[in-house]
Amino acid sequence: MVNKQFLGYALLLLALIAAPFLGAYPILVIKLLCFALFASAFNLLLGFTGFLSFGHAAFLGSAGYAAGHVMKVWGWTPELGLLAGMVAGAALGGLFGLFAIRRQGIYFSMITLALAQMFFFFCLQAPFTGGEDGLQGVPRGKLFGLLDLSSDLVMYYVGLVIVVAAFLLIVRTVHSPFGQILKAIKENEPRAISLGYDTNRFKLIAFMISAGLSGLAGALKTEVLGFATLSDVHWSMSGSVILMTLVGGLGTLSGPLVGAAVVIALENKLGEVGNWIAAVSGIEWFKSLGESVSLVTGLIFVVCVMAFRRGIMGEIIALRDRLRAKR
Amino acid sequence: MEIFGRPLSAMLSQLLLGLVNGSFYAILSLGLAVIFGLLNVINFAHGALFMLGAVLAWMGLEYLGVNYWVMLFAAPLIVALLGIVIERLFLKRIYKLDHLYGLLLTLGLTLVIEGVLRSFYGVSGLPYSAPEALSGATDLGFMVLPNYRAWVVLASLVVCVGTWYVIERTKLGAYLRAGTENPRLVEAFGVNVPLMVTLTYGFGVALAAFAGVLAAPVIQISPLMGQNLIIVVFAVVVIGGMGSILGSILTGLGLGIIEGFTKVFYPEASSTVVFVIMAIVLLFRPAGLFGKEK
Repeated sequence: MVNKQFLGYALLLLALIAAPFLGAYPILVIKLLCFALFASAFNLLLGFTGFLSFGHAAFLGSAGYAAGHVMKVWGWTPELGLLAGMVAGAALGGLFGLFAIRRQGIYFSMITLALAQMFFFFCLQAPFTGGEDGLQGVPRGKLFGLLDLSSDLVMYYVGLVIVVAAFLLIVRTVHSPFGQILKAIKENEPRAISLGYDTNRFKLIAFMISAGLSGLAGALKTEVLGFATLSDVHWSMSGSVILMTLVGGLGTLSGPLVGAAVVIALENKLGEVGNWIAAVSGIEWFKSLGESVSLVTGLIFVVCVMAFRRGIMGEIIALRDRLRAKR
Repeated sequence: MEIFGRPLSAMLSQLLLGLVNGSFYAILSLGLAVIFGLLNVINFAHGALFMLGAVLAWMGLEYLGVNYWVMLFAAPLIVALLGIVIERLFLKRIYKLDHLYGLLLTLGLTLVIEGVLRSFYGVSGLPYSAPEALSGATDLGFMVLPNYRAWVVLASLVVCVGTWYVIERTKLGAYLRAGTENPRLVEAFGVNVPLMVTLTYGFGVALAAFAGVLAAPVIQISPLMGQNLIIVVFAVVVIGGMGSILGSILTGLGLGIIEGFTKVFYPEASSTVVFVIMAIVLLFRPAGLFGKEK
């Protein structure tokens, strides 16, 4: 069974390596991969420690601004830019964590949301973010001063390597003794405490890892697209990443990847889907579906919570287990 | 007359504005607390239903010619009915699950409600003026008091104190508090708890809609007007703690006033001051000012 899983990931990786030659636009794919990494980092926190952070946009966005600023204004090389983004995300995560882990459950979500909103207003007013216009024209630069990233194809493969490495790190974290302790805290915190674990420290570290990897995703996004904007720090981005994880499958490793693909595709293709429905059903209203992204995401949220809590990959895994049990 | 280099009249008018905002915080956090107490759901849709109250007031005048005073009662009633439908259709089925699903479900409902209204009215503001009886201002000698703002503060206080009285001093309120403590035991005594839960949700969201109608003439009405407000109210709830009704009212009003003063002395921080206070309170009293540590 492990082999089959491995085969699945290998096929996905092969497809991603071949994607630019199969007609996929590399920048779109790498943007999708950034969100897949973002959702995986988010899921590391929610799925494996049970903390619903409603402020992850702040980590994605702060890293985007940090990476953009050091590369554009200070002329740092891309690898240092990515590192700066990751550090910015992790540091902000540590700061948020100091406040947020003092409360549990639903309060944790509200506190992270409020802190992220505070950070949003900070970004709106701070001079280096460019306010409403955002940070524009970030140069891609040369990796280690050698490899020119201005070619989309080179950028794509560098980005792919980074995302795959980060994903492997997440897999490793989940299966490490550290990951097991996180699971123990999720299942029964008082027992974990009585076993002698300083649970607050573990929670804070998990929060910082998740924030740092979200930061990496944000920095890579800025590196690829060349800009960082306020929409990345807005709370609706935190909502998006929750939706990706929920649709893909909470607490599964592959779920966030699938979820990110579904949600991003939906946001980009909703207009076309609407036109198609309008053509088939003859109802004019559907033609404006492309402008109602929030309405559709809201409906998906409702459907997921009411009837589809395991998400796509969660359902597949459950189906597989049921079939295996019959055999 | 000046205080700390700022004219007194400017301070007083900001104080009043702060009280107006504080009234909205108080009503909204009160509703959130009542709902959370019995349903264990953080109602993210509270902001959207606040907005719906304001939009209904506007729609009443625009399409039916129904005036402000009628809508002040009709809009909360309509929103309460909608709330009852939401509770019966959706919330009822997820009480046994983790709290986070309640938040996610109501977030989804928020996006749906806002999305529907956006597809009709866009995001630009809809104009709505205060009723004639309350337009104009009264000169108090030391400041000019806009009548409508005074009315908002007064009406909110009456509603908040009334809610406090019902919950803390009547038999119905006693059932409610008992239901918050131990719903199964209360049910065993023959109280119809599911009905009580449904009506509580209806009442909580009706409060939000009432605040929405009150806000209609002073805030730009738009489908997105509830979004930023609900996040501030979450911070208010974290600061006050959800343990006490009076606590939510006082916290809401107090934070509104602090926000008003921040606008006078350091306007750049006026949008973040509530969040900063939240962070400070978390450091010293993690359970909130009026909350009890479990």
